[in-house]
Amino acid sequence: MRPSTRLLYLLAWCGFGLLPWYFTEGMGLASLGWLSGYPFGKGGSALALGLSGAAPWLLPGGAMLLMAGLAWPKQDEQRAASILLLAGAAGFLLFFMQGFAITLRGQGIPWLAALFGGQGAAQAGMGPGALVTIVGMLLLFCHGLAYRGFCRGDVFTCSMIGLLILMIGLFIFFPVVTVLKGALIGEAGRVDPGAFLDRFLDSSIWGLGCLTRDVSCGVAWNTLLLAVLCGAITTLLGLASALLILRTGMPAKWLLRALTVLPIITPPFVIGLALILLFGRTGLVSNFLYEWFDVPRTRWIYGLPGVLLAQVLAFAPIAFLVLIGVVQGISPSLEEASQTLGARRWETFSTVTWPLLRPGIANAFLIGFVESMADFGNPLVLGGNFEVLSTKIFFAVVGAAHNEGQAAVLALVLLSFTLGAFWLQQRWLGKKSYTTLTGKGDAGLPTPLPRRVSWLASATVIPWVILTVVIYVIILTGGFVKSMGRDYTPTLEHFLTGFRIDFSRGLYFEGAAWDSFFTTVKLAAVSAPLTAIVGLLAAYLLKRQTFQGRAALEFSTMLSFAIPGTVIGVAYILAFNVPPIEMTGTGLILVIAFIFRNMPVGVRSGIAGLSQIDKSLDEASATLSARSATTLWRVLLPLLRPALVAALVYSFVRAMTAVSAVIFLVSAEYNLATAYIVGRVEAGEFGLAIAYSSVLIVVMALGIAIIQFGVGERRLGRRTTESGPAPVVAGA
Amino acid sequence: MQKAGPASVEFRNVTKRYGSVTAVNDISFTIEAGSLVTLLGPSGCGKTTTLRMIAGLEMASEGQILIGGKDVTRLSAADRDVSMVFQSYALFPHMTVLENVAYGPTVKRLPKAQAHEMAREKLAVVGMKGYEERLPSELSGGQQQRVAVARALVLEPQVLLFDEPLSNLDAKLRRRMREEIRDLQRKLNLTVAYVTHDQEEALAVSDRIIVMSNAVIAQEGAPRQLYEEPADVFVADFIGDANLVDVEIVTVTGDRAEVRLGPVTLSLPARGMKPGKAKMAIRPESLLIVEPGGPNLLPGTIRKCAYLGNHLDLEIATEAGEFYVTRHGTREIMPEGQPVLLAFADYGVTLVPGG
Repeated sequence: MRPSTRLLYLLAWCGFGLLPWYFTEGMGLASLGWLSGYPFGKGGSALALGLSGAAPWLLPGGAMLLMAGLAWPKQDEQRAASILLLAGAAGFLLFFMQGFAITLRGQGIPWLAALFGGQGAAQAGMGPGALVTIVGMLLLFCHGLAYRGFCRGDVFTCSMIGLLILMIGLFIFFPVVTVLKGALIGEAGRVDPGAFLDRFLDSSIWGLGCLTRDVSCGVAWNTLLLAVLCGAITTLLGLASALLILRTGMPAKWLLRALTVLPIITPPFVIGLALILLFGRTGLVSNFLYEWFDVPRTRWIYGLPGVLLAQVLAFAPIAFLVLIGVVQGISPSLEEASQTLGARRWETFSTVTWPLLRPGIANAFLIGFVESMADFGNPLVLGGNFEVLSTKIFFAVVGAAHNEGQAAVLALVLLSFTLGAFWLQQRWLGKKSYTTLTGKGDAGLPTPLPRRVSWLASATVIPWVILTVVIYVIILTGGFVKSMGRDYTPTLEHFLTGFRIDFSRGLYFEGAAWDSFFTTVKLAAVSAPLTAIVGLLAAYLLKRQTFQGRAALEFSTMLSFAIPGTVIGVAYILAFNVPPIEMTGTGLILVIAFIFRNMPVGVRSGIAGLSQIDKSLDEASATLSARSATTLWRVLLPLLRPALVAALVYSFVRAMTAVSAVIFLVSAEYNLATAYIVGRVEAGEFGLAIAYSSVLIVVMALGIAIIQFGVGERRLGRRTTESGPAPVVAGA
Repeated sequence: MQKAGPASVEFRNVTKRYGSVTAVNDISFTIEAGSLVTLLGPSGCGKTTTLRMIAGLEMASEGQILIGGKDVTRLSAADRDVSMVFQSYALFPHMTVLENVAYGPTVKRLPKAQAHEMAREKLAVVGMKGYEERLPSELSGGQQQRVAVARALVLEPQVLLFDEPLSNLDAKLRRRMREEIRDLQRKLNLTVAYVTHDQEEALAVSDRIIVMSNAVIAQEGAPRQLYEEPADVFVADFIGDANLVDVEIVTVTGDRAEVRLGPVTLSLPARGMKPGKAKMAIRPESLLIVEPGGPNLLPGTIRKCAYLGNHLDLEIATEAGEFYVTRHGTREIMPEGQPVLLAFADYGVTLVPGG
């Protein structure tokens, strides 16, 4: 065995023999009451509990750990590998099986529990000891693989691949499968396809009553209609602005560019909130129309039009980011070729430019579609009687009905929509994307837009820009007046309610918002670096290593992009509410949710960064006897700084703005800013909500600035390199 | 750190497959310690894959690889005492020249002072003293090349690998650098494996050349042997230029063969061939344009004549086919259609076995 394997083996024994195996209430280093009776009792180690007969089902796994020790003195690596592979895999599986077999009383898998000798027994969720031991077993297995020459014999790479697969399996696939199971299991607690079909085909989901009678349509159709409209309109706006910026001499281009940053730092429902303040029954615009033109006050904003408007405003910048890349990607020389062949501007546009744009347009449409499906905040704030899947899932879980089965079915429908869109995008666009940039210098100038197209584009873009500007003015100033729409007396009241600091008794954060604010910043600050690390590591493995199943792994890391936050939220509740992995109500589940929701952002920026770094740098480092961990640390990481900044910024900001997933996972102890604001909106306290939102936006802008400053730019000789284009952010 | 000294490299029936594609098919060869061996072949022949398997950057699918008599088949690149100079040089752009060269000892956890000392020493060897604090982007191509060599030398590896190291340099610099590499190899007594697709470069620097084609070794031997006794039509054509013609072997007596080409009869080494149809390779400089009068002359007509400064390129049609001929030592352009007589030199004309 190599020294690193020996160290690992000892660590695994620490987990099994010393550390507390279970997760217990009040676990922490502050008070050690939960440790009473150690090494037995609630905080006991697996070895003690197993041998004393309290938890004999832990012993088979322990036996495998013992067996792995046979490899310790082996000089022949191939023999050691055989032992490690066998013992590692068996131990890993045995520990997991006992965990799932024996959970709470009356749950788990009874026959398997009987096999482990734990019939009728119960055990708590896995704790630090279990974590260390199980990961240790997995890594012993990975070391065995490396001895066998997998991943070019590199222990670090093999181990990281193993860990990544474990994490994705545990935190993406396991919850989704649990949702599936939750949907299939009837009230009696067993698989009931009949009940599943009943719930699945329910008219509240698929009903078409609105076409013939005066009842509302099924929630699936509502969602689909909203998503298609949102996809189409955002694509149109994005395309129009991309063309205007790149192909015309339009003034104030910076304004359009600035607009693209805003949705990144704006919690998605804030747009909806601002729309209420503008167009609600007592909104600014409604008042104006009523008082000057006698237009009656209506509730039109609550429902499809309002939600659609909010989503378009929120997601059009994303479509713009996608399409500006596509338009830039069209090599001007193609258009010049067309012109030298005698085509006029309009002919060139319609025969060359437009066909080349089509795949990008389809891509932007699908992103708008998925974003709309996944959006939770705006329908919640503006939906009224117009129900969509994400809000219905929410009310199925937290509402009076508390029907987890129905939530699971709805989540399944939503998931199949988004996965369908994702599948279409991968399959259809994967083959059709016309990359026209060749890497050779292209000296041509892009053809100016035909006049009728640019008129059309301006006519679409200008109202959008004006509305967006007005919205942000409302968001930033709304907190400073008494009550938008009713009383415009300037006041600091809302800020004081939320953020009062009492200095009379020392520093005391008295405001109502401070708790959730600090929790949010803390969790975002913890999860951002973790997300960046996991994402960049995954990017490194996917881009720089070849191993079997790489494509499948890449697909599954990207898959979590397509899983709407609401579905993740429900799935995490269903999956992590009971042993063996029990962590609802903790800060940990929020951090994990953030990491795996935002990981694709890190992976994408990592992949983009790595593809600019020649692979021979890694190889040069390897032939100079650096192992891959050293290479990663000394060569790649310094060069990946821009990607690191991007990953850090995005995961931080997205953790601050996330609503859909976390609204299920917050607890009294761990409440988040967004969840708190949504609560204020529901309670009608718009002033506080808008004040808090503006504070969040300012804080995030500051956070971005600090990270940018802290990590800095890489210096490669006389030129400084700009960080690459921002990866597209999807799903909130 | 003690010096391991140069080591031999041995491939035993090594195969490398990528899915269904076989990049290297069952090859065996030995590189003697302290010699410079070139892997030569057209692109896609498997030469770079072979080199990367020596480095441990690719793992052999089958077979055994030995370095210094020790089986390294399953060892990762970091565990092999081998270093490599890359086609792109692969200098770390965020490190200075000194940091680049000191990278090897640094990751081996040697004290910084010692690592820098070793780096300075090797930089002096390649003539890059005084450039220590520059960044790679501030160096010219040739200077980057030297730094890359210094970096590869710094751990005094058992085997040093070069992957088309000169392909990014202009023609003049390429010639100088290849001489420098050869001098360095001799002076430091290194085992070097060198990949190139440029046959002139291979002939100039190598102790031995391994010619590869379609994932297998086409021929292995000293430069002169390859040029003068090509093992097959591919090698004859790839190393230098050659006119390949169909001839007939009339008789074989001992190790000499009587060969007939149109009206001409030549006596050539038989190279183990039997009477009957055969292929013959004639180097373009071995066809001489002569005055009438000698024996064994092949009449022909000038088709094209190109002026190339130090020599003329001629295309001459004869009854035995068209020949490509180079003519040194004259600058008189020969008009198209002019009849000439061709004689065969006693070098550069050889029978080619197989095909």
